[in-house]
Amino acid sequence: MFNDPHPDEVRVISKRFGLPNSASIDTYLANEGYVALMKAIEMSPEQIIDELKISSLRGRGGAGFPTGMKWSFIPRDNPKPKYVVVNADESEPGTCKDRLLIENDPHQLIEGCLIAARTIGCKKGYIYIRGEYRYLIDIMDKALAEAYAHGYLGKNIKGSGLDFDLYTHTGAGAYECGEESALLESLEGKRGVPRIRPPFPAVAGLYASPTVLNNVETFATVPAVLRMGGQAYADLGTPKNGGTRMLCVSGHVNRPGVYEVPLGFPMHKMIYEVCGGIRNGKKLKAVIPGGSSSPVLRAEECDFPMDYDNYARMKTMAGSGGMMVMDEDTDIVKVALRTMRFYAHESCGWCIPCREGTTWLRKILTRMDEGTGRRADIDLIHELAKNMLGRTFCPLGDAAAMPTIGFVEKFREEFEARLRETTVPVVSPDQLISIS
Amino acid sequence: MTFSTATENKLQEIWARYPEGRKRSAVIPMLMYAQDEVGQVTSELVAEVAKRCEVTPLQVEEVVGYYSMLNKERMGKHHVQICTNIACLLMGGEELWNHATKRLGIGHKQVTADGLISLEEVECAGACSWAPCVVDGYEYHHHATIEKLDRLLDSIQKVN
Repeated sequence: MFNDPHPDEVRVISKRFGLPNSASIDTYLANEGYVALMKAIEMSPEQIIDELKISSLRGRGGAGFPTGMKWSFIPRDNPKPKYVVVNADESEPGTCKDRLLIENDPHQLIEGCLIAARTIGCKKGYIYIRGEYRYLIDIMDKALAEAYAHGYLGKNIKGSGLDFDLYTHTGAGAYECGEESALLESLEGKRGVPRIRPPFPAVAGLYASPTVLNNVETFATVPAVLRMGGQAYADLGTPKNGGTRMLCVSGHVNRPGVYEVPLGFPMHKMIYEVCGGIRNGKKLKAVIPGGSSSPVLRAEECDFPMDYDNYARMKTMAGSGGMMVMDEDTDIVKVALRTMRFYAHESCGWCIPCREGTTWLRKILTRMDEGTGRRADIDLIHELAKNMLGRTFCPLGDAAAMPTIGFVEKFREEFEARLRETTVPVVSPDQLISIS
Repeated sequence: MTFSTATENKLQEIWARYPEGRKRSAVIPMLMYAQDEVGQVTSELVAEVAKRCEVTPLQVEEVVGYYSMLNKERMGKHHVQICTNIACLLMGGEELWNHATKRLGIGHKQVTADGLISLEEVECAGACSWAPCVVDGYEYHHHATIEKLDRLLDSIQKVN
Protein backbone atom coordinates (compact mmCIF):
# COMPACT_ATOMS: atom_id res chain seq x y z
CA MET A 1 0.00 0.00 0.00
CA PHE A 2 2.96 2.32 0.21
CA ASN A 3 4.86 3.76 -2.72
CA ASP A 4 8.50 3.01 -3.47
CA PRO A 5 10.70 5.44 -1.56
CA HIS A 6 11.01 8.81 -3.25
CA PRO A 7 14.60 10.17 -3.33
CA ASP A 8 13.49 13.16 -1.25
CA GLU A 9 12.04 11.01 1.50
CA VAL A 10 13.98 10.43 4.73
CA ARG A 11 12.72 7.13 6.05
CA VAL A 12 13.38 6.83 9.75
CA ILE A 13 10.24 5.19 11.12
CA SER A 14 9.15 3.80 7.76
CA LYS A 15 12.55 2.39 6.85
CA ARG A 16 11.45 -1.20 7.39
CA PHE A 17 8.35 -0.80 5.21
CA GLY A 18 8.60 -3.11 2.24
CA LEU A 19 11.06 -5.54 3.81
CA PRO A 20 9.94 -9.18 3.52
CA ASN A 21 7.76 -10.05 6.53
CA SER A 22 8.34 -6.55 7.85
CA ALA A 23 5.77 -7.06 10.63
CA SER A 24 7.58 -10.07 12.10
CA ILE A 25 9.86 -9.89 15.10
CA ASP A 26 12.64 -11.66 13.20
CA THR A 27 12.73 -8.89 10.60
CA TYR A 28 12.55 -6.30 13.35
CA LEU A 29 15.40 -7.84 15.33
CA ALA A 30 17.52 -8.11 12.20
CA ASN A 31 17.01 -4.40 11.54
CA GLU A 32 17.94 -2.62 14.79
CA GLY A 33 14.80 -3.80 16.55
CA TYR A 34 14.67 -3.50 20.36
CA VAL A 35 18.17 -1.93 20.37
CA ALA A 36 16.71 1.28 21.75
CA LEU A 37 14.91 -0.62 24.52
CA MET A 38 18.16 -2.18 25.68
CA LYS A 39 19.67 1.30 25.65
CA ALA A 40 16.71 2.67 27.61
CA ILE A 41 17.13 -0.02 30.26
CA GLU A 42 20.65 1.32 30.89
CA MET A 43 19.41 4.92 31.05
CA SER A 44 17.66 6.71 33.88
CA PRO A 45 14.12 8.03 33.26
CA GLU A 46 15.51 11.56 33.40
CA GLN A 47 18.07 10.74 30.70
CA ILE A 48 15.35 9.31 28.44
CA ILE A 49 13.20 12.41 28.91
CA ASP A 50 16.20 14.66 28.27
CA GLU A 51 16.94 12.82 25.05
CA LEU A 52 13.31 13.28 23.94
CA LYS A 53 13.48 16.97 24.80
CA ILE A 54 16.69 17.37 22.79
CA SER A 55 15.05 15.61 19.84
CA SER A 56 12.26 18.22 19.91
CA LEU A 57 9.84 15.43 19.06
CA ARG A 58 6.34 16.89 19.10
CA GLY A 59 3.14 14.88 19.33
CA ARG A 60 2.19 13.57 15.93
CA GLY A 61 -1.51 13.13 16.62
CA GLY A 62 -2.47 16.72 16.01
CA ALA A 63 -1.70 18.90 19.00
CA GLY A 64 2.08 18.96 18.51
CA PHE A 65 2.84 19.07 22.23
CA PRO A 66 6.50 18.29 23.08
CA THR A 67 6.71 14.60 23.95
CA GLY A 68 9.57 14.82 26.46
CA MET A 69 7.71 17.46 28.42
CA LYS A 70 4.48 15.43 28.35
CA TRP A 71 6.26 12.40 29.79
CA SER A 72 7.96 14.51 32.43
CA PHE A 73 4.57 15.51 33.87
CA ILE A 74 3.99 11.99 35.26
CA PRO A 75 4.27 12.35 39.04
CA ARG A 76 6.92 10.07 40.54
CA ASP A 77 5.48 9.96 44.01
CA ASN A 78 1.94 8.92 43.02
CA PRO A 79 1.38 5.44 44.51
CA LYS A 80 -1.27 4.48 41.92
CA PRO A 81 -0.38 2.16 39.04
CA LYS A 82 0.69 4.04 35.92
CA TYR A 83 -0.44 3.34 32.38
CA VAL A 84 0.75 3.72 28.80
CA VAL A 85 -2.04 4.24 26.28
CA VAL A 86 -1.60 4.39 22.51
CA ASN A 87 -4.07 6.42 20.52
CA ALA A 88 -4.57 4.35 17.38
CA ASP A 89 -8.07 5.66 16.82
CA GLU A 90 -7.02 7.22 13.54
CA SER A 91 -10.22 8.82 12.26
CA GLU A 92 -9.42 12.36 11.11
CA PRO A 93 -10.46 12.65 7.47
CA GLY A 94 -7.29 12.79 5.38
CA THR A 95 -5.26 10.67 7.79
CA CYS A 96 -4.14 7.09 7.19
CA LYS A 97 -0.53 6.90 8.39
CA ASP A 98 -0.96 4.97 11.63
CA ARG A 99 -2.46 2.14 9.61
CA LEU A 100 0.81 1.68 7.76
CA LEU A 101 2.92 1.98 10.90
CA ILE A 102 1.00 -0.85 12.56
CA GLU A 103 0.56 -2.94 9.44
CA ASN A 104 4.22 -2.84 8.46
CA ASP A 105 6.11 -2.37 11.70
CA PRO A 106 4.08 -3.21 14.81
CA HIS A 107 7.17 -4.03 16.89
CA GLN A 108 8.40 -0.46 16.51
CA LEU A 109 5.24 0.66 18.29
CA ILE A 110 5.65 -2.01 20.97
CA GLU A 111 9.23 -0.87 21.55
CA GLY A 112 8.07 2.75 21.88
CA CYS A 113 5.55 1.67 24.50
CA LEU A 114 8.19 -0.31 26.37
CA ILE A 115 10.46 2.73 26.51
CA ALA A 116 7.56 4.81 27.82
CA ALA A 117 6.86 2.14 30.45
CA ARG A 118 10.51 2.11 31.47
CA THR A 119 10.48 5.92 31.72
CA ILE A 120 7.42 6.33 33.91
CA GLY A 121 7.58 3.05 35.83
CA CYS A 122 4.50 1.42 34.40
CA LYS A 123 3.45 -2.22 34.18
CA LYS A 124 0.45 -2.17 31.86
CA GLY A 125 -0.49 -0.53 28.59
CA TYR A 126 -3.27 -0.53 26.02
CA ILE A 127 -3.31 0.16 22.31
CA TYR A 128 -6.72 1.65 21.50
CA ILE A 129 -7.36 0.83 17.82
CA ARG A 130 -10.39 2.11 15.92
CA GLY A 131 -12.94 -0.64 15.42
CA GLU A 132 -12.96 -0.36 11.64
CA TYR A 133 -9.30 -1.43 11.60
CA ARG A 134 -10.00 -5.00 12.74
CA TYR A 135 -7.28 -6.38 10.48
CA LEU A 136 -4.76 -4.17 12.28
CA ILE A 137 -5.87 -5.55 15.62
CA ASP A 138 -5.09 -9.05 14.33
CA ILE A 139 -1.64 -7.93 13.13
CA MET A 140 -0.95 -6.17 16.42
CA ASP A 141 -2.11 -9.15 18.50
CA LYS A 142 0.21 -11.41 16.53
CA ALA A 143 3.14 -9.04 17.10
CA LEU A 144 2.34 -8.84 20.81
CA ALA A 145 2.33 -12.64 21.03
CA GLU A 146 5.74 -12.70 19.32
CA ALA A 147 7.09 -10.10 21.72
CA TYR A 148 5.90 -12.19 24.70
CA ALA A 149 7.43 -15.32 23.19
CA HIS A 150 10.78 -13.56 22.76
CA GLY A 151 10.76 -12.09 26.27
CA TYR A 152 10.18 -8.48 25.25
CA LEU A 153 6.87 -8.34 27.10
CA GLY A 154 5.83 -9.91 30.39
CA LYS A 155 7.84 -10.33 33.57
CA ASN A 156 11.48 -9.30 34.04
CA ILE A 157 11.99 -8.28 30.43
CA LYS A 158 15.43 -9.40 29.25
CA GLY A 159 16.56 -9.69 32.86
CA SER A 160 16.12 -5.97 33.44
CA GLY A 161 13.57 -6.21 36.22
CA LEU A 162 11.08 -4.41 33.97
CA ASP A 163 7.58 -5.96 33.92
CA PHE A 164 5.21 -4.78 31.23
CA ASP A 165 2.04 -6.15 29.69
CA LEU A 166 0.58 -4.59 26.57
CA TYR A 167 -2.85 -5.29 25.07
CA THR A 168 -4.97 -4.16 22.15
CA HIS A 169 -8.39 -2.65 22.78
CA THR A 170 -10.92 -2.13 20.02
CA GLY A 171 -13.00 1.00 19.57
CA ALA A 172 -16.45 0.78 18.02
CA GLY A 173 -16.73 3.71 15.64
CA ALA A 174 -16.56 7.17 17.18
CA TYR A 175 -14.20 9.89 15.94
CA GLU A 176 -14.56 11.63 19.29
CA CYS A 177 -12.60 8.80 20.91
CA GLY A 178 -9.46 10.16 19.25
CA GLU A 179 -9.63 13.00 21.78
CA GLU A 180 -7.47 11.79 24.62
CA SER A 181 -9.89 12.16 27.53
CA ALA A 182 -12.78 10.70 25.50
CA LEU A 183 -10.51 7.81 24.54
CA LEU A 184 -9.89 7.11 28.22
CA GLU A 185 -13.62 7.14 28.95
CA SER A 186 -14.11 4.68 26.11
CA LEU A 187 -11.27 2.50 27.35
CA GLU A 188 -13.04 2.38 30.69
CA GLY A 189 -16.11 0.96 28.95
CA LYS A 190 -18.22 4.09 28.76
CA ARG A 191 -19.51 6.45 26.09
CA GLY A 192 -16.56 8.32 24.61
CA VAL A 193 -17.26 11.81 25.86
CA PRO A 194 -14.52 14.24 26.88
CA ARG A 195 -13.54 14.96 30.45
CA ILE A 196 -13.15 18.41 31.89
CA ARG A 197 -9.45 19.18 32.28
CA PRO A 198 -7.46 19.68 34.43
CA PRO A 199 -6.62 17.17 35.73
CA PHE A 200 -4.74 16.04 32.62
CA PRO A 201 -4.10 12.37 31.89
CA ALA A 202 -0.53 12.66 33.18
CA VAL A 203 -2.03 13.10 36.66
CA ALA A 204 -5.43 11.38 36.37
CA GLY A 205 -5.80 9.36 33.20
CA LEU A 206 -6.89 5.74 32.82
CA TYR A 207 -8.68 4.58 35.99
CA ALA A 208 -7.75 7.99 37.47
CA SER A 209 -4.10 6.96 37.42
CA PRO A 210 -1.12 8.77 35.84
CA THR A 211 -1.12 7.94 32.15
CA VAL A 212 1.14 8.64 29.19
CA LEU A 213 -1.08 8.88 26.14
CA ASN A 214 0.33 9.52 22.67
CA ASN A 215 -0.40 8.89 19.03
CA VAL A 216 0.96 5.79 17.23
CA GLU A 217 3.47 7.80 15.23
CA THR A 218 4.82 9.50 18.35
CA PHE A 219 5.45 6.19 20.17
CA ALA A 220 6.85 4.67 16.96
CA THR A 221 9.37 7.50 16.73
CA VAL A 222 10.74 7.12 20.26
CA PRO A 223 12.98 4.07 19.50
CA ALA A 224 14.60 5.98 16.61
CA VAL A 225 15.27 8.97 18.88
CA LEU A 226 17.10 6.83 21.45
CA ARG A 227 18.92 4.81 18.80
CA MET A 228 20.13 7.83 16.84
CA GLY A 229 20.45 10.19 19.78
CA GLY A 230 18.13 13.12 20.31
CA GLN A 231 20.36 15.65 18.57
CA ALA A 232 20.84 13.55 15.43
CA TYR A 233 17.08 13.08 15.19
CA ALA A 234 16.42 16.79 15.78
CA ASP A 235 18.95 17.72 13.09
CA LEU A 236 16.79 16.01 10.46
CA GLY A 237 14.16 18.73 10.86
CA THR A 238 14.19 22.43 11.60
CA PRO A 239 14.88 24.18 14.93
CA LYS A 240 12.07 23.38 17.43
CA ASN A 241 10.59 20.96 14.86
CA GLY A 242 12.76 17.90 15.19
CA GLY A 243 12.90 14.94 12.85
CA THR A 244 10.59 13.59 10.22
CA ARG A 245 6.84 13.26 9.74
CA MET A 246 4.58 10.84 8.00
CA LEU A 247 2.40 12.75 5.57
CA CYS A 248 -0.57 11.06 3.98
CA VAL A 249 -1.37 12.81 0.74
CA SER A 250 -4.73 12.27 -0.89
CA GLY A 251 -6.93 13.90 -3.50
CA HIS A 252 -6.04 15.11 -6.96
CA VAL A 253 -2.32 14.32 -7.16
CA ASN A 254 -0.74 11.81 -9.49
CA ARG A 255 0.86 9.77 -6.70
CA PRO A 256 -1.20 9.93 -3.55
CA GLY A 257 0.33 7.97 -0.70
CA VAL A 258 2.03 8.05 2.67
CA TYR A 259 5.50 9.61 2.69
CA GLU A 260 8.05 10.30 5.40
CA VAL A 261 9.80 13.62 4.96
CA PRO A 262 11.86 15.87 7.23
CA LEU A 263 9.97 18.61 9.04
CA GLY A 264 10.46 21.78 7.03
CA PHE A 265 10.01 20.00 3.70
CA PRO A 266 8.54 22.45 1.13
CA MET A 267 4.84 21.89 0.43
CA HIS A 268 5.18 22.85 -3.24
CA LYS A 269 7.92 20.22 -3.70
CA MET A 270 5.77 17.67 -1.87
CA ILE A 271 2.88 18.20 -4.26
CA TYR A 272 4.74 18.62 -7.52
CA GLU A 273 7.79 16.38 -7.11
CA VAL A 274 7.12 13.72 -4.49
CA CYS A 275 3.45 13.30 -5.41
CA GLY A 276 3.92 13.93 -9.13
CA GLY A 277 1.83 17.10 -9.46
CA ILE A 278 -1.86 17.58 -10.11
CA ARG A 279 -3.48 14.82 -12.11
CA ASN A 280 -4.86 15.33 -15.61
CA GLY A 281 -2.73 18.46 -16.04
CA LYS A 282 -5.12 20.51 -13.93
CA LYS A 283 -4.16 23.48 -11.78
CA LEU A 284 -3.93 23.36 -8.02
CA LYS A 285 -6.81 25.10 -6.29
CA ALA A 286 -6.40 24.40 -2.58
CA VAL A 287 -4.88 22.15 0.06
CA ILE A 288 -6.26 21.04 3.40
CA PRO A 289 -2.84 20.55 4.98
CA GLY A 290 -3.25 18.56 8.19
CA GLY A 291 -6.49 16.63 8.23
CA SER A 292 -10.03 17.97 7.96
CA SER A 293 -9.73 20.18 11.05
CA SER A 294 -6.94 22.30 9.58
CA PRO A 295 -7.94 25.48 7.73
CA VAL A 296 -7.63 25.30 3.96
CA LEU A 297 -4.87 27.02 1.99
CA ARG A 298 -5.32 28.61 -1.43
CA ALA A 299 -2.95 27.48 -4.19
CA GLU A 300 -0.80 30.61 -3.91
CA GLU A 301 -0.24 29.89 -0.19
CA CYS A 302 1.09 26.37 -0.76
CA ASP A 303 4.79 27.08 -0.93
CA PHE A 304 6.34 27.07 2.52
CA PRO A 305 8.51 24.74 4.62
CA MET A 306 6.11 22.40 6.40
CA ASP A 307 6.90 22.57 10.09
CA TYR A 308 4.69 23.31 13.08
CA ASP A 309 5.73 26.96 13.27
CA ASN A 310 5.24 27.68 9.58
CA TYR A 311 1.83 26.04 9.57
CA ALA A 312 0.92 28.37 12.43
CA ARG A 313 2.31 31.35 10.50
CA MET A 314 0.03 30.37 7.64
CA LYS A 315 -2.88 30.32 10.14
CA THR A 316 -3.41 26.61 9.71
CA MET A 317 -1.87 23.56 11.39
CA ALA A 318 0.19 20.43 10.88
CA GLY A 319 -2.56 18.41 12.54
CA SER A 320 -2.41 14.72 11.86
CA GLY A 321 -0.42 15.02 8.65
CA GLY A 322 -3.35 14.42 6.29
CA MET A 323 -2.82 16.58 3.19
CA MET A 324 -5.85 16.68 0.91
CA VAL A 325 -5.05 18.26 -2.44
CA MET A 326 -7.80 19.78 -4.58
CA ASP A 327 -7.66 20.72 -8.24
CA GLU A 328 -9.27 23.69 -9.99
CA ASP A 329 -12.56 21.85 -10.58
CA THR A 330 -13.20 21.19 -6.90
CA ASP A 331 -16.45 22.54 -5.50
CA ILE A 332 -15.43 24.18 -2.23
CA VAL A 333 -19.01 24.59 -1.00
CA LYS A 334 -19.49 20.84 -1.36
CA VAL A 335 -16.21 20.17 0.46
CA ALA A 336 -17.26 22.54 3.27
CA LEU A 337 -20.60 20.75 3.52
CA ARG A 338 -19.02 17.28 3.56
CA THR A 339 -16.64 18.44 6.26
CA MET A 340 -19.51 19.68 8.39
CA ARG A 341 -21.59 16.56 7.80
CA PHE A 342 -18.69 14.69 9.34
CA TYR A 343 -18.43 16.88 12.43
CA ALA A 344 -22.19 17.01 12.96
CA HIS A 345 -22.27 13.20 12.77
CA GLU A 346 -19.30 12.76 15.06
CA SER A 347 -20.09 15.40 17.68
CA CYS A 348 -20.58 13.46 20.89
CA GLY A 349 -23.39 15.80 21.96
CA TRP A 350 -21.82 16.45 25.33
CA CYS A 351 -21.73 20.24 24.99
CA ILE A 352 -24.21 22.54 23.30
CA PRO A 353 -21.94 24.79 21.20
CA CYS A 354 -20.59 21.75 19.38
CA ARG A 355 -23.75 19.66 19.19
CA GLU A 356 -26.00 22.51 18.04
CA GLY A 357 -23.34 24.48 16.18
CA THR A 358 -22.25 21.64 13.91
CA THR A 359 -25.85 20.66 13.17
CA TRP A 360 -26.85 24.24 12.41
CA LEU A 361 -23.83 24.75 10.15
CA ARG A 362 -24.58 21.49 8.35
CA LYS A 363 -28.14 22.64 7.68
CA ILE A 364 -27.07 26.04 6.33
CA LEU A 365 -24.35 24.52 4.16
CA THR A 366 -26.85 21.95 2.88
CA ARG A 367 -29.28 24.57 1.67
CA MET A 368 -26.43 26.55 0.16
CA ASP A 369 -25.23 23.46 -1.70
CA GLU A 370 -28.75 22.63 -2.83
CA GLY A 371 -29.22 26.10 -4.31
CA THR A 372 -31.67 27.46 -1.77
CA GLY A 373 -29.22 29.52 0.27
CA ARG A 374 -29.96 33.00 1.51
CA ARG A 375 -27.84 36.14 1.17
CA ALA A 376 -27.27 36.33 4.91
CA ASP A 377 -26.07 32.71 5.05
CA ILE A 378 -22.43 33.37 4.21
CA ASP A 379 -21.96 35.75 7.13
CA LEU A 380 -24.10 33.51 9.31
CA ILE A 381 -21.82 30.52 8.65
CA HIS A 382 -18.77 32.65 9.44
CA GLU A 383 -20.29 34.13 12.58
CA LEU A 384 -21.58 30.79 13.87
CA ALA A 385 -18.23 29.09 13.38
CA LYS A 386 -16.42 31.95 15.11
CA ASN A 387 -18.79 31.69 18.05
CA MET A 388 -18.03 28.00 18.44
CA LEU A 389 -14.27 28.57 18.63
CA GLY A 390 -12.89 28.01 22.10
CA ARG A 391 -16.32 27.44 23.61
CA THR A 392 -16.49 23.65 23.63
CA PHE A 393 -15.30 21.06 26.16
CA CYS A 394 -12.96 19.46 23.70
CA PRO A 395 -11.24 20.35 20.42
CA LEU A 396 -13.96 18.78 18.21
CA GLY A 397 -15.86 22.06 18.20
CA ASP A 398 -12.75 23.96 17.17
CA ALA A 399 -11.97 21.26 14.61
CA ALA A 400 -15.35 21.93 13.02
CA ALA A 401 -15.17 25.72 13.28
CA MET A 402 -11.63 26.36 12.08
CA PRO A 403 -11.90 24.84 8.60
CA THR A 404 -15.34 26.40 8.12
CA ILE A 405 -14.00 29.87 8.86
CA GLY A 406 -11.15 29.12 6.46
CA PHE A 407 -13.46 27.99 3.65
CA VAL A 408 -15.57 31.13 3.91
CA GLU A 409 -12.66 33.55 4.27
CA LYS A 410 -10.51 31.99 1.55
CA PHE A 411 -13.23 31.11 -0.95
CA ARG A 412 -15.98 33.62 -0.28
CA GLU A 413 -16.38 34.17 -4.02
CA GLU A 414 -17.50 30.54 -4.42
CA PHE A 415 -20.16 30.92 -1.77
CA GLU A 416 -21.31 34.16 -3.45
CA ALA A 417 -21.42 32.43 -6.83
CA ARG A 418 -23.52 29.63 -5.37
CA LEU A 419 -26.02 32.23 -4.16
CA ARG A 420 -26.29 33.69 -7.66
CA GLU A 421 -27.39 30.23 -8.77
CA THR A 422 -29.99 30.13 -6.03
CA THR A 423 -33.58 29.70 -7.07
CA VAL A 424 -35.70 31.37 -4.44
CA PRO A 425 -38.87 29.35 -4.11
CA VAL A 426 -41.99 31.28 -5.08
CA VAL A 427 -44.61 31.05 -2.36
CA SER A 428 -48.18 31.37 -3.50
CA PRO A 429 -50.81 33.23 -1.44
CA ASP A 430 -52.53 29.89 -0.80
CA GLN A 431 -49.33 28.47 0.66
CA LEU A 432 -48.87 31.57 2.81
CA ILE A 433 -52.37 31.14 4.18
CA SER A 434 -51.75 27.46 4.90
CA ILE A 435 -48.45 28.30 6.62
CA SER A 436 -50.06 30.90 8.85
CA MET B 1 -26.07 -17.11 26.44
CA THR B 2 -23.68 -19.44 24.65
CA PHE B 3 -21.16 -18.63 21.95
CA SER B 4 -19.00 -20.67 19.62
CA THR B 5 -15.77 -21.90 21.20
CA ALA B 6 -13.71 -19.40 19.22
CA THR B 7 -15.83 -16.44 20.30
CA GLU B 8 -16.03 -17.68 23.90
CA ASN B 9 -12.24 -17.96 24.02
CA LYS B 10 -11.92 -14.47 22.58
CA LEU B 11 -14.33 -13.05 25.16
CA GLN B 12 -12.41 -14.74 27.99
CA GLU B 13 -9.13 -13.43 26.63
CA ILE B 14 -10.52 -9.91 26.39
CA TRP B 15 -11.94 -10.04 29.92
CA ALA B 16 -8.56 -10.99 31.37
CA ARG B 17 -6.86 -7.89 29.96
CA TYR B 18 -8.23 -5.42 32.47
CA PRO B 19 -7.31 -5.02 36.14
CA GLU B 20 -9.44 -6.40 38.93
CA GLY B 21 -12.41 -4.13 39.53
CA ARG B 22 -12.04 -2.59 36.06
CA LYS B 23 -13.82 -5.26 34.02
CA ARG B 24 -16.21 -2.66 32.65
CA SER B 25 -13.41 -1.87 30.19
CA ALA B 26 -14.27 -5.13 28.42
CA VAL B 27 -17.79 -3.96 27.51
CA ILE B 28 -17.00 -2.47 24.08
CA PRO B 29 -14.57 -5.15 22.85
CA MET B 30 -16.94 -7.89 24.06
CA LEU B 31 -19.89 -6.31 22.26
CA MET B 32 -17.86 -5.93 19.08
CA TYR B 33 -16.67 -9.53 18.94
CA ALA B 34 -19.96 -11.02 20.09
CA GLN B 35 -21.88 -8.91 17.56
CA ASP B 36 -19.78 -10.44 14.78
CA GLU B 37 -21.17 -13.83 15.75
CA VAL B 38 -24.71 -12.89 16.75
CA GLY B 39 -25.22 -10.47 13.86
CA GLN B 40 -26.60 -7.64 15.99
CA VAL B 41 -26.67 -6.39 19.56
CA THR B 42 -29.71 -8.10 21.04
CA SER B 43 -31.20 -7.51 24.49
CA GLU B 44 -29.93 -10.96 25.43
CA LEU B 45 -26.41 -9.98 24.40
CA VAL B 46 -26.64 -6.73 26.37
CA ALA B 47 -27.67 -8.71 29.47
CA GLU B 48 -24.88 -11.24 28.96
CA VAL B 49 -22.17 -8.59 28.57
CA ALA B 50 -23.53 -6.69 31.58
CA LYS B 51 -23.35 -9.86 33.69
CA ARG B 52 -19.81 -10.70 32.58
CA CYS B 53 -18.53 -7.16 33.11
CA GLU B 54 -20.39 -6.66 36.38
CA VAL B 55 -22.29 -3.57 35.25
CA THR B 56 -25.98 -2.87 34.73
CA PRO B 57 -27.68 -3.56 31.39
CA LEU B 58 -28.42 0.18 31.22
CA GLN B 59 -24.70 0.95 31.33
CA VAL B 60 -24.22 -1.40 28.38
CA GLU B 61 -27.19 0.13 26.53
CA GLU B 62 -25.62 3.58 26.95
CA VAL B 63 -22.56 2.33 25.12
CA VAL B 64 -24.54 0.59 22.39
CA GLY B 65 -26.42 3.79 21.64
CA TYR B 66 -23.24 5.80 21.30
CA TYR B 67 -20.95 3.85 18.96
CA SER B 68 -21.76 3.69 15.27
CA MET B 69 -20.40 0.16 14.77
CA LEU B 70 -22.74 -1.38 17.34
CA ASN B 71 -26.02 -2.20 15.63
CA LYS B 72 -29.27 -3.06 17.35
CA GLU B 73 -30.80 -3.80 13.95
CA ARG B 74 -29.58 -6.80 12.01
CA MET B 75 -27.39 -5.72 9.11
CA GLY B 76 -26.92 -7.82 5.99
CA LYS B 77 -24.73 -10.91 5.86
CA HIS B 78 -22.38 -8.61 3.98
CA HIS B 79 -22.30 -5.10 5.40
CA VAL B 80 -20.97 -2.94 2.57
CA GLN B 81 -19.75 0.48 3.63
CA ILE B 82 -18.88 3.25 1.22
CA CYS B 83 -16.84 6.23 2.37
CA THR B 84 -17.87 9.61 0.97
CA ASN B 85 -15.78 11.77 3.25
CA ILE B 86 -13.54 14.48 1.76
CA ALA B 87 -10.70 12.40 0.26
CA CYS B 88 -13.17 9.85 -1.10
CA LEU B 89 -15.56 12.61 -2.23
CA LEU B 90 -12.73 14.14 -4.28
CA MET B 91 -12.07 10.77 -5.91
CA GLY B 92 -15.64 9.71 -6.71
CA GLY B 93 -17.01 8.30 -3.45
CA GLU B 94 -20.44 9.90 -3.97
CA GLU B 95 -20.77 8.32 -7.41
CA LEU B 96 -19.99 4.93 -5.87
CA TRP B 97 -22.62 5.47 -3.19
CA ASN B 98 -25.28 6.56 -5.69
CA HIS B 99 -24.49 3.58 -7.89
CA ALA B 100 -24.73 1.11 -5.00
CA THR B 101 -28.06 2.49 -3.78
CA LYS B 102 -29.54 2.33 -7.28
CA ARG B 103 -28.25 -1.14 -7.99
CA LEU B 104 -29.41 -2.62 -4.70
CA GLY B 105 -32.51 -0.48 -4.26
CA ILE B 106 -31.69 0.24 -0.63
CA GLY B 107 -30.43 3.26 1.28
CA HIS B 108 -28.29 4.04 4.29
CA LYS B 109 -28.34 1.25 6.89
CA GLN B 110 -30.95 -0.67 4.91
CA VAL B 111 -30.82 -4.35 4.04
CA THR B 112 -31.76 -6.13 0.83
CA ALA B 113 -34.94 -8.20 1.05
CA ASP B 114 -32.93 -11.45 1.06
CA GLY B 115 -30.86 -10.21 4.02
CA LEU B 116 -27.68 -10.63 2.03
CA ILE B 117 -26.35 -7.07 1.73
CA SER B 118 -26.72 -3.94 3.81
CA LEU B 119 -25.36 -0.55 2.83
CA GLU B 120 -23.88 2.20 4.93
CA GLU B 121 -22.48 5.57 3.92
CA VAL B 122 -19.61 5.88 6.37
CA GLU B 123 -17.52 8.68 7.71
CA CYS B 124 -13.79 8.52 7.03
CA ALA B 125 -12.69 4.89 6.78
CA GLY B 126 -9.03 5.90 7.07
CA ALA B 127 -8.04 4.97 3.55
CA CYS B 128 -7.60 8.51 2.23
CA SER B 129 -4.42 7.97 0.23
CA TRP B 130 -6.06 5.03 -1.56
CA ALA B 131 -9.45 6.66 -2.05
CA PRO B 132 -12.18 6.03 -2.83
CA CYS B 133 -12.74 3.19 -0.45
CA VAL B 134 -15.35 0.47 -0.02
CA VAL B 135 -15.34 -1.78 3.05
CA ASP B 136 -17.05 -5.20 3.07
CA GLY B 137 -17.31 -6.20 6.73
CA TYR B 138 -13.77 -5.50 7.86
CA GLU B 139 -12.19 -5.96 4.44
CA TYR B 140 -10.91 -2.86 2.68
CA HIS B 141 -11.16 -2.34 -1.08
CA HIS B 142 -9.00 0.59 -2.16
CA HIS B 143 -8.99 2.70 -5.33
CA ALA B 144 -12.58 1.62 -5.85
CA THR B 145 -14.37 2.25 -9.13
CA ILE B 146 -17.93 1.51 -10.21
CA GLU B 147 -16.62 -1.53 -12.10
CA LYS B 148 -14.75 -2.82 -9.03
CA LEU B 149 -17.82 -2.22 -6.85
CA ASP B 150 -19.98 -4.13 -9.31
CA ARG B 151 -17.52 -7.02 -9.30
CA LEU B 152 -17.60 -7.09 -5.49
CA LEU B 153 -21.41 -7.07 -5.38
CA ASP B 154 -21.55 -9.69 -8.16
CA SER B 155 -19.22 -11.97 -6.22
CA ILE B 156 -21.24 -11.58 -3.01
CA GLN B 157 -24.49 -12.33 -4.82
CA LYS B 158 -23.02 -15.24 -6.78
CA VAL B 159 -21.43 -17.00 -3.80
CA ASN B 160 -24.55 -16.65 -1.69
